[in-house]
Amino acid sequence: MRQDLTHIKQWIEPGTRVLDLGCGNGEFLLQLQNERQVVGMGLEIDHDNITTAIGSGLNIIEQDMDAGLSNFQDNSFDTVVMAHALQVVHYPDQILEEMLRIGRQAIVTFPNFGHWLCRWHLLIRGRMPVSKFMPHSWYDTPNIHFCTVRDFESLCEDKSIRILHRDMVAQSQRGHWAARLYPSLFAGTAIYHISH
Amino acid sequence: MASVLSHTNFPDSVGLVTPQRSTFAQGLDLACGRRLPEFELVYECYGELNSDASNAVLICHALSGHHHAAGYHQEDDKKPGWWDDCIGPGKPIDTNHFYVVSLNNIGGCHGSTGPRSINPATGEVYGPDFPPLRARDWVTSQAMLADLLGISCWAAVIGGSLGGMQAMRWSLEYPQRVRHCIVIAAAMKLSAQNIAFNEIARQAIFSDPEFRQGQYLRDNVIPRQGLSIARMVGHITYLSDDAMADKFGRDLHSGSFAQGAEEQLEFQVESYLRHQGSVFSESFDANTYILMTRALDYFDLAREYGDDPVAAFSHATAAFLVISFSTDWRFSPGRSREIVAALIAARRPVSYAEIEADQGHDAFLLPIPRYCDVFTAYMNRVRSGD
Repeated sequence: MRQDLTHIKQWIEPGTRVLDLGCGNGEFLLQLQNERQVVGMGLEIDHDNITTAIGSGLNIIEQDMDAGLSNFQDNSFDTVVMAHALQVVHYPDQILEEMLRIGRQAIVTFPNFGHWLCRWHLLIRGRMPVSKFMPHSWYDTPNIHFCTVRDFESLCEDKSIRILHRDMVAQSQRGHWAARLYPSLFAGTAIYHISH
Repeated sequence: MASVLSHTNFPDSVGLVTPQRSTFAQGLDLACGRRLPEFELVYECYGELNSDASNAVLICHALSGHHHAAGYHQEDDKKPGWWDDCIGPGKPIDTNHFYVVSLNNIGGCHGSTGPRSINPATGEVYGPDFPPLRARDWVTSQAMLADLLGISCWAAVIGGSLGGMQAMRWSLEYPQRVRHCIVIAAAMKLSAQNIAFNEIARQAIFSDPEFRQGQYLRDNVIPRQGLSIARMVGHITYLSDDAMADKFGRDLHSGSFAQGAEEQLEFQVESYLRHQGSVFSESFDANTYILMTRALDYFDLAREYGDDPVAAFSHATAAFLVISFSTDWRFSPGRSREIVAALIAARRPVSYAEIEADQGHDAFLLPIPRYCDVFTAYMNRVRSGD
């Protein structure tokens, strides 16, 4: 289980309704169902992931977030989760609005593009960062909307989105204290718990 | 109870099957207000019913379908049942685990009581006097069959196209008797375009002089031409533009475009459609075709729920799997997404897959790998008793 996902769990009340946007093979939803008895539903577009998740007994809708989420009614879920997908959607700001229309609260995780290694790449090498964590070249990447921790918080301010909690995960266990202390520089993955 | 006689010559199939027939002397009050004093259903069963009758699956057939969904009637049958790709050992509806019931609906022309049957009130065939039916009448008669077979709750009710509409109706009429509802290439109601195609088909039949106001059986004739054209029109709506281009293109069946060639040309697609129409007109009953297309036209899942599909599905307790096919323009993916949206809003458990397929509406009958994978994955969930 990815570390950002284990962090998310603490903000999800047992027995509530959870919508997971970009749920992958459903591993996280399955955990939430087993450990927190949530009523879960996942959105996914990858064919193999969909089959695996359906086979696990999950409720999975094949749907591209970029085509809109208007088929979901206002406040029809307690929590809408989107883990590591903010950077791949066409309109991240609109997705955030949609998440908070559909859910009472939302949880978003994304890779922090302000991480010192990214800055180092740009500053010293003058190249877009490529690492184990972000393995794609700039011209061939699903990640089309990278942002930093500060960018995200500024967007939340513009949209009057309340940040209930935030948590930061470093790229290694050792860097964890640094990620929490100086997230803008040391957070590999940023995790935000938000509401209106 | 199991009608499977032999597996030996048909390794990937339920093997040889024998249709069964049951009489329902108690009759049936129909949605139209009339009553069938008694009726018969012809059906086939594949697999073994388990001790608590919890592994039973009902197959609902589409417009021109029937009870023979899987296996073979005779050793030398050229083709298996119409859904053999999905029903059998190791197939999505795995007969090693499920007890599958497939019937011919009332109003049909493959053995169950329909326009070709004798009306006990007159001693003559019903013909055009057979009462008009709605999907709910089929569901009611299917529930009576379930009672007879000792099945109090289906593990799943499954159908494609018009069959999917029956499956949805089941989930509303008998919520406590359906654990899972699988709706494939269907819609909650027909569009004006859908109805228009059905009306062309009916008018083709009506305008055949041999139709004789539906009394053709009395006069010992068949409205072949009308039925054939009806089928040709229907068939086009089952295929996609791409599928027809792939299969026929502009290939010629006979004749030539060469200078000086005067002979009438015939495209492959013309020949194919005429053949399909001709075969169909020999085997299908015109009154049944009219009855079935009207039942399709009249179907509207949410009509009695204030035209609100969310209110309708709020009565369901089943979990749903909805599947659509990318090139299906008869019941397009958009129609399935409407079903899914209503189910989500009604807070029903639902999964949805949109299968890339070139074959149009007919794709639901074909062994498309991703379709079979999703179907199998969901049936494993059904099997696990979830």
